[in-house]
Amino acid sequence: MKETYYNREDLKKFGEITEWQKKLGEKFFDYYGEVFQEGALTAREKSLIALAVSHAVQCPYCIDAYTSDLLKKGVDEEQMMEAVHVTAAIKGGAALVHGVQMMNQVNDKLM
Amino acid sequence: MIKSLKRQNHKLASPEGQINILSDTDAIEIPSFESKMKNIDLLPLKPTEIDIFQVNVGKMCNQVCAHCHVDAGPDRKEIMTRETMQLCLDAIKQTNVKTVDLTGGAPEMNPNFRWFVEELSALDKQIIVRCNLTIILANPKYNDLPEFFKKHRINVVSSLPYFTAKRTDAQRGDGVFDKSIKALQMLNAVGYGKEESELKLDLVYNPAGAFLPGDQDSLTAQFKKKLKEYDIVFNDLFTITNLPVSRFLEYLVKTEKYEDYMHELVNAFNPEAAKGVMCRNTLSVGWDGHLYDCDFNQMLELKVQAPNHISNFDIQKLENRDIVLNQHCYGCTAGAGSSCGGATT
Repeated sequence: MKETYYNREDLKKFGEITEWQKKLGEKFFDYYGEVFQEGALTAREKSLIALAVSHAVQCPYCIDAYTSDLLKKGVDEEQMMEAVHVTAAIKGGAALVHGVQMMNQVNDKLM
Repeated sequence: MIKSLKRQNHKLASPEGQINILSDTDAIEIPSFESKMKNIDLLPLKPTEIDIFQVNVGKMCNQVCAHCHVDAGPDRKEIMTRETMQLCLDAIKQTNVKTVDLTGGAPEMNPNFRWFVEELSALDKQIIVRCNLTIILANPKYNDLPEFFKKHRINVVSSLPYFTAKRTDAQRGDGVFDKSIKALQMLNAVGYGKEESELKLDLVYNPAGAFLPGDQDSLTAQFKKKLKEYDIVFNDLFTITNLPVSRFLEYLVKTEKYEDYMHELVNAFNPEAAKGVMCRNTLSVGWDGHLYDCDFNQMLELKVQAPNHISNFDIQKLENRDIVLNQHCYGCTAGAGSSCGGATT
C-alpha cells in the first residue's frame, strides 16, 4: 500500500499508459510532442503557459515537469512566479467575477 | 572562503573515491557507458585528429565554485612549471593542432602564464584562455589582462552561469556576478565581443543545479538580451553539461540527487553527440605534464593509453590510442552534447 496517492516516481511511468490502450496512447503522445514544438509560439512560451496551467489544474507531476523544463530553458525565478500569478489572477478573477451573479441575485431578491 | 575538497580531506577529493561511486552501476541500475558505445559501434572510441591542445596550467584559483570539476581554489598549489610549459611548446611544434586552450584553476595565476602565451603566440596558433573574469579585478597586477589578451589576439572564454546575481553567486561565490559584469565591461572596452572586432569573447553557461542545459541558441538569445541591460556584448554562448566529477559529484551525492541525475544523463544519451565528443579531437595536459583524453579524465587521473607524459610525447601513438571511458562520459553525450566548446550537435 502506497503512503500517498501521488508518488514522484510515477511521473517517469507516464508513458506506460500506452501499454493498456496503444492506439489512443500513441496518438496522445504524438499530439503532446507536436504541441510543444516551436511554432507561432516559442517552446519557451509554451512551457511558461504549461506551468501556469499546471498550477490551475494543481497537478504536482506537471509542476515538477515544467519547472524542470523551464530551468533548462534558462527561465528565471521571477518569470516563473509571474506565470503562477497569472494563474492566481485568472482563478481569483473567475471566483470574483461570480460576485456579479451574487449581486444580481441580491438585487433581484431585495425590494 | 570555502575550502577545496582536498583541503577538507574529503573522500571525493581522490580519484579513487569518485571512481568507486561512478563505477557502481548496479547500485543505480544504469548501463555502463562502454556498453552504450558498443551498441552504436563506437567501442573502442578512437581519436579523429588532435586539433585542440588543452593545457591545464594549474589548480590555483581565486574562486571556489560549487560545481568545479578541478576542485580548484586558493588553497591549491599545484601549478605547471616553465620546464613543463617548454615541453608543451616542443610537443605542439610536432603537431598540426589549430588551437591551444589554456585552462586551470585561474590560468592567469600561474607566474609563467604570460611567458607561455607569448611563446604560443609565436607559433601562430589560435589561443583560448578560459578566464573566470573575477581574476581581472582580484589584484591590480591583473587589471591589464584585457590589454594583454588583446595584444595576443586571445579568444577569451569565460564562465557566466546565469544573467542574475542569485544563481551566479550561488554557484561561483558571493559577489562574483557583480565582478564578472565589471570584467566583461572592461573586456568590451578594449574591443572584445563586438561584431566588427576580431577579438572574440565567448561565454560558458552551465546549469546552476542538477539539470541539463537547454537549447544553446535560445539561451544565447536570452543572455544577449539580458546582458545588453549592462551594455555588455559577447560573441557566442557555449552550453556545457555539469559532469558528475569532483565538487559537482559531491553536491549530487550530498543532496541525494546523484541517482536521478545519472538517469537523466543516460535517458538523454544521444548517438550523434557520442560521435562528436571532444576527446576525439582534443588532448589534455595536466599541470604536472601527464596526458589525458580530456580535462575530466585528468581530474579522475585516467591517463591516456599511450606514452602518457609530455616528456614522451608521441603524436602517432596518441592519434591511434583507445580513449579511456567511464560513467562520467554520459555527461558529454546527453541531449545536444557537451564539450569545452558547447553543444556538439
